[in-house]
Amino acid sequence: MPEHHLLSEKEAEKILKDLKLTKDQLPKIRISDPCIRALDAISGPVEEGMVVKIVRRSRTSGVSTSYRLVVRG
Amino acid sequence: MMISGVTKRISAIKFAQLSPDEIRKMSATKIITADTYDDDGFPIDMGLMDPHLGVIEPGLRCKTCGKKVDECPGHFGHIDLAMPVIHVGYVKEIKKLLQSTCRSCGKLLLTGEQAAEYLKQRDRMEELGGDTLDTATVHKEAAKDAASRTTCPHCTTVQLKITLDKPTTFREEGHKLTPKEVRERLERIPNEDMIALGMDPNVSRPEWMILTALPVPPVTVRPSITLESGDRSEDDVTHKLVDVLRINQRLRENRDAGAPQLIVEDLWELLQYHVTTYFDNQTSGIPPARHRSGRPLKTLVQRLKGKEGRFRSNLSGKRVNFSARTVISPDPMLSINEVGVPEAAARELTVPIRVTEKNLAVAREMASRGPAPPGPIYKAGVNYVIRSDGRRIKITDKNAATVSEGVEAGYIVERHLMDGDIVLFNRQPSLHRMSIMAHEVRVMPHRTFRFNLCVCPPYNADFDGDEMNLHVLQSEEARAEAKVLMRVQEHILSPRFGGPVIGGIHDHITGAFLLTHEDSKFTREETLRIMEKIPLLDMPKAGTKVDGVDYWGGKQLFSLILPKDLHMTFKSSICQRCDECKKEACEHDSFVVIRGGELIAGTIDEKAIGAFKGRILDKLSRDYGPDTARLFIDRSTKMAIGAIMVRGFTTGIDDEDIPDQAKREIDDAMTQARMKVEEHVSAYRRGELEQMPGRSLEETLEVEIMKVLGKARDTAGQIAGRHLGMENSAVIMARCGARGSMLNLSQMAGAIGQQAVRGERLSRGYWNRTLPHFKKGDLGSEARGFIKNSYKSGLTPTEYFFHSMGGREGLVDTAVRTSRSGYMQRRLINALEDLKVMQDGSVRNTAGTIIQLEYGEDGIDPTRSVQGEAVDVDDIILSVLGDKGELIAKVREKGVVSYGIQDRDLLETPEEPEAEEEPEFDASGGEEG
Ligand SMILES: [Mg+2]
Ligand SMILES: [Zn+2]
Ligand SMILES: [Zn+2]
Ligand SMILES: [Zn+2]
Repeated sequence: MPEHHLLSEKEAEKILKDLKLTKDQLPKIRISDPCIRALDAISGPVEEGMVVKIVRRSRTSGVSTSYRLVVRG
Repeated sequence: MMISGVTKRISAIKFAQLSPDEIRKMSATKIITADTYDDDGFPIDMGLMDPHLGVIEPGLRCKTCGKKVDECPGHFGHIDLAMPVIHVGYVKEIKKLLQSTCRSCGKLLLTGEQAAEYLKQRDRMEELGGDTLDTATVHKEAAKDAASRTTCPHCTTVQLKITLDKPTTFREEGHKLTPKEVRERLERIPNEDMIALGMDPNVSRPEWMILTALPVPPVTVRPSITLESGDRSEDDVTHKLVDVLRINQRLRENRDAGAPQLIVEDLWELLQYHVTTYFDNQTSGIPPARHRSGRPLKTLVQRLKGKEGRFRSNLSGKRVNFSARTVISPDPMLSINEVGVPEAAARELTVPIRVTEKNLAVAREMASRGPAPPGPIYKAGVNYVIRSDGRRIKITDKNAATVSEGVEAGYIVERHLMDGDIVLFNRQPSLHRMSIMAHEVRVMPHRTFRFNLCVCPPYNADFDGDEMNLHVLQSEEARAEAKVLMRVQEHILSPRFGGPVIGGIHDHITGAFLLTHEDSKFTREETLRIMEKIPLLDMPKAGTKVDGVDYWGGKQLFSLILPKDLHMTFKSSICQRCDECKKEACEHDSFVVIRGGELIAGTIDEKAIGAFKGRILDKLSRDYGPDTARLFIDRSTKMAIGAIMVRGFTTGIDDEDIPDQAKREIDDAMTQARMKVEEHVSAYRRGELEQMPGRSLEETLEVEIMKVLGKARDTAGQIAGRHLGMENSAVIMARCGARGSMLNLSQMAGAIGQQAVRGERLSRGYWNRTLPHFKKGDLGSEARGFIKNSYKSGLTPTEYFFHSMGGREGLVDTAVRTSRSGYMQRRLINALEDLKVMQDGSVRNTAGTIIQLEYGEDGIDPTRSVQGEAVDVDDIILSVLGDKGELIAKVREKGVVSYGIQDRDLLETPEEPEAEEEPEFDASGGEEG
């Protein structure tokens, strides 16, 4: 399972600013996703509209970072 | 008229239902009679062919708008239904609405706060970038929530369970609800309660899902055709509407006459059936309506759905002009960038030339040649001239002179194809971008399209009757774009694995092998034959002199077409993977060393110039650019073909001849194997077989037997192989990678070996045995599909039967695989077609949402990658340190490198799933007679 990190409101804002993105342009992840449920137990509470940082090992680039917006469902 | 220069962007499309009022309002006439034409052949008023519905016969005028055939768009009519019927397309929504609203007061079965909460959730979803699919799930949840309530929160009525009897019957606890009752309930739903269910009361009301009026489409969408016999044949949709009208009429008469309830209900249901099949004649649960001939009718949904439907065959794809299709054949003398076009096709396909002051003389001269210029040498003529006012003039031999004189600046002259024109060339199935590439035209005699054999792999083409398509580009912009992006030479490297897809195959590889293997040499005459087709190459000085005769070495000749500063070191295909590589001193001449553009040692074969594996092609197109790579491929084709023609090359069944002694040895090996299998079987029967961990006794036996038989086949192959040396043509082809494998050869000369279905020895057929030729329960090698004969020695009848069983699995596999992978490909394309890489390197869809923050996570174009890697470190080390760098490169090759390179082996052999193993005839069949 790739690493999931919960971002604070401030961190999320900074990253979105750096990437010149708005929240609605981010890929989504459901709040019911097992990863989010686990994250909720570890560093929660996770709420709709929060941003998680996902770090995964990549075949092409070694390590890659992506961000997802937590949505309902 | 469209105003040119003004572009508008569609911001949204809103769909809504037609209300009965709207249906009647837009109707040009009411349709009441099922009869279409009277005895004199004139359309009957208020019939299905009423002249108010548009015109289909030339010469007549529309009674509604007064326009002629191609000007009148056609007009809708309508049928007033005697009783309401359910629209099949909406049954799901109707069910949802019935279940989530009160049976007595019609209100949504949620309190105001609950409904508001769902709406709030939906708005939040939209704010976070959710699309209509996401919001639809919220509405679905709201409906589900409401449907689960058993009493109405507004009037406390107890709700009964509503079920749907497919396709169109609703029941409330077993009691049937008529469409009329359903409609009444839907009418009671208040506007404000519809919003939470995802409907917009401003544009639609739920009761409109129950039809009281049926729109009748214009005759222009269901034209009738007159047969030669004078009979009229009506469209399927018209036939269906006739059925609806007939039953509608009878239902009205019976109801008005006060017929018994039972009869009225039967007719009502019949009307429902006809209206349902009018929309969709493949509704599950009811028999499809059929034509008199027994063919099912093609009604509205059938016109739209599937591969032959409106969307996939008329809107997503279209038939085009300026295209040609014919059989393909090979021509090694053409450049990979070229395509040979038959004269006959070149005279039909045209390129528009805009006449200006500058090209006026040329254009006039061309037009004066007419549509078929004479002469042994092909000259482009002109088929049409388009005047400045847009009038199109056809040029004939007679008017060519006069029309050409009238050509002025501002005219457009449509000239025939000429050498050098840029065209697109395509072979279906178009599975990757290399399936359509831009070629330069070479007009040639005869009737086939021709191209260089090195371009076969990207198109996956062969010449057993394959046909290909050609498209002529019509604008300067398109031509420029195609030349830069789509030219064959720009596609030598594949984006799939970062290696060459264009390169030598078959004889091209054999030829290169014969040219360069060991110290092959050629006389002056032979050398000239090899080199004569390659322009701009000077004859080099003779390499060696034997008994006063000059000889040119094959390696020396091949070096002529290599760039002068090329350094490479690699092992060729024929490498035997000796325990210790002797490098330059390799006795098989399989260690390729190129220094300063000279081939010093090694044999050029598949690993050097083959498609998919050619290291030289890879290096040239990456480091020297597509022009150099193209030139090399063109020249190496000619040189290799020259060499194979000088040397002569053939293969036949006698290439698999082995001495009688060897045959006896193989026989002995087979007998021994059979006996060994019998030993295992008897050990198993005696219960003495030692069970393997994790396997049953039976499985253990099978594994042991497979091991013995596998080894037996290898032994046979080895025995045969001892007599198949490098002087054997078949062996040369197999080893240098041109065609076939050593396994193929050992099956032809040695033994075919075990046949398998689902990876197991054959066991099915009769009760406890494969064939009645064997005893029940026989586990021996012959009884379970082992073939001890070779393809050459011939199979026994039982062996033949087993071979067919094994072969059948292959056939079924291919048939299943092709259809399934086709469907998967379609779905992938639909999902990915509108993604693009933006300026910032991110991958986004049309809505601007992120798919990947960095393309491929590393931002590397796989076409520019080295077998998938961003940088080829080995190559850099070697080019900086020269031969000294080899040691470092060696260490890296052993593989303690970063993540990603671990999978290198997977990438290094980008082998196509041996297309040739597959049978040449496939399930889709049809092609090549
Ligand atoms: Mg073919
Ligand atoms: Zn009209
Ligand atoms: Zn109620
Ligand atoms: Zn060797």
